[in-house]
Amino acid sequence: MSRLQIHDVSVQFPGMNGGETVTALSGINFQIEPGEFVVALGASGCGKTTLLNLMAGFIQPSNGYLTLGESDISGLPRVACGLDLQDQITGPGKDRGVVFQKHALLPWLNVLENAAFGLKLQGVGKKERIERASYFLKLVGLEDFHKHPVYQLSGGMQQRVGIARGLTNDPQMLLLDEPLGALDALTREVLQELLLDVWKQTQKMMFFITHSVEEALFMASRLIIMSPRPGRITHDFALDFNKIFLETRDARQVKSMPEFIAMREKVLGIIHGDEVLNGGAH
Amino acid sequence: MKNQESIHALDLTSAPKIESNLMQKFLSLFAAGPVKPGESYGAPGQGKSLMISLFTTVFLILIWYIATHFQWVKPLFLPSPLAVVQRFWEVATEGFANATLLEHTGWSMMRVFSAFTLAFLTAVPIGILMGVNRIARGLFDPIIEFYRPLPPLAYLPLVIIWLGIGEVSKVVLIYLAIFAPMALSARAGVKSVAIEQIHAAYSMGATRWQVIRHIILINALPEILTGMRIGIGFGWTTLVAAEMVAAQAGLGFMVLNAAEFLVTDVVIMGIFVIGIIAYLFDLFMRYLERKLVPWKGK
Repeated sequence: MSRLQIHDVSVQFPGMNGGETVTALSGINFQIEPGEFVVALGASGCGKTTLLNLMAGFIQPSNGYLTLGESDISGLPRVACGLDLQDQITGPGKDRGVVFQKHALLPWLNVLENAAFGLKLQGVGKKERIERASYFLKLVGLEDFHKHPVYQLSGGMQQRVGIARGLTNDPQMLLLDEPLGALDALTREVLQELLLDVWKQTQKMMFFITHSVEEALFMASRLIIMSPRPGRITHDFALDFNKIFLETRDARQVKSMPEFIAMREKVLGIIHGDEVLNGGAH
Repeated sequence: MKNQESIHALDLTSAPKIESNLMQKFLSLFAAGPVKPGESYGAPGQGKSLMISLFTTVFLILIWYIATHFQWVKPLFLPSPLAVVQRFWEVATEGFANATLLEHTGWSMMRVFSAFTLAFLTAVPIGILMGVNRIARGLFDPIIEFYRPLPPLAYLPLVIIWLGIGEVSKVVLIYLAIFAPMALSARAGVKSVAIEQIHAAYSMGATRWQVIRHIILINALPEILTGMRIGIGFGWTTLVAAEMVAAQAGLGFMVLNAAEFLVTDVVIMGIFVIGIIAYLFDLFMRYLERKLVPWKGK
C-alpha cells in the first residue's frame, strides 16, 4: 500500500475572454495515507473538484507535483499534434478509480458490462471479467441486476454500478466527486453506509467530495475543509464517527451523538464564515 | 306470442344502442390511448396519432376524387385518382418515355443509393474526424459551410462542365447534397459526448484511441443515424435536378418529361412513387434506430 502525496501544488486557469488568470488552488501540501477515508468539504468554488481532478489526472498542476507511491501521477499530456490519435495522456490511470455524480455510465451497456468495462479496456478475458465484475456488483448489492440496461435503473442503483465499476480495476484509491449529491435523502443514507462497508472490506484510500456537513462527518476518517479565492485547505480534522458506525451499525445514533452535533456546529461555523466573506467580496 | 313480443321490444331498444356503439368504436380509433401513469398533466401532445394520420390521408384522396369527379378542375391540371392508378399500371407494364416504371425507379434508386453509400463512407469518417481533431475541423469546416446552403441547381452547371453529362455528374450532385448534413451530424454526435464518460474511461486506463472507439463513436451513433435520415431526404430532393440534363431514364426524368408534354397523371404518379420510396426508407431507418440505439435520449 502506498500513499498519495501532493507537493506544493497550485493550479491556475486562464481567465475568460483574456481576463485575469484564476487561481483555483494555491500551495496545496497534503497527503492521503493508506486506508484513510478523506472527505473534502467547502463552499462552492473552493477548488474541491479541481483537487479531485488533479488526483485523477484530468488536469495538470501549474506548479508542484503529485505522487502515488513511487510514481509521479501529474504527467502532462504528450499530445504534440492533434493528428496523433495513439498518443496517450499519462495523467489518469487505472490505479485511481473515479465515481462521478452522474452521466458517467455507458447507456449502451448493461449493468455487468458497465462494471466490467475497465477490464475489457485492459484486455482481460471474458470469464475473468465476469468473475471480477460479479464480485463487486455483489458487494454493492446488484447481484440480481446483471442484465439490466443501466438507463432503466434508479439513480441510487446507477451510483451502485458506478461504485462497482470504480472498484473492478482494483485501484489503489477511489475518488468520489459528490457521488450521492443527486440522490434523495433515504437512498443517500443507504449508500453512505454501503460506501463505508465497501471501504472497510477493500481498505482502499477514499477521497470523497460532498456539500453536506452531516455526510462529511459521518463518512470521514479525515475531514479537510477548503476555502475559496484562492482555493486552499484551511482545516484538517481526524474523525472516527465512521468507525463508531461500523461497530454499532446504528447511523441515527451516531448522527445524534453530542460530539457529532458539536462538531457539526463547529464545521458549519467555519463554512458560514467563508460564505459571509464571499458575500462581502462580490 | 308474448315471448315474440318481448323479443321485438328488445330489438327496438337495442338498435340505436348498436349504432351509438359503432359510433363510439369509430371515435375510439382516434382516441389518444391509455395515459402513462403520472402524465395526465405531462408534456402536451402525448398519445397515438396514427389513426388520425390515416384519416387525413383518406380524406385528402376523397376530396381529390370528388373534385375531379364533379369536374371542378380540368383533368389536364388535376387528373382523377383512378386515372393516376391506371397510368401507374400502364407505365409499369408498357412504360413511358422508352422505359418501364421499374426501369425508371431502378435508375433513380441506383443514383440516390450509390450517392448515399458514397456519402456515408466519406461523410461519417470526415464528420467524426472534424469532431475529434482541430486540424480536420479547420480544413473541412469552411468548405462544407460554404457550399451547404447553396441550392444544387446553382452548382449543377459547374458539375456538368467539370464532369460531363454522364452518370458521374448525376451521382456527384446527389452526393454533395447528402454529404453536408451527414458530416455535420456526425460531427455534432462526436461533440455530444459527456465529459464524465471520457474521464471515466481514462481513469479506467483507456488509451486515447480506446476513448474514441468505445465512448465517442458509440455516443455519436444516434446523431449519425439522424444525419443519414436527413441526408437521404436531401438526396431525393436533389434527384429531379440531377436528372434534368441528359438522362434517358429515372423518376425525376420521367416527371420532367411528362410535364413537358402535359401528361399530368404521370407527373402525379411519379411524385407519389418518389414519396413512397423515400417514406419506406425512412421507416426502415427508424426501425434501425430502435434496434441499434435503444438508449437514445436516455
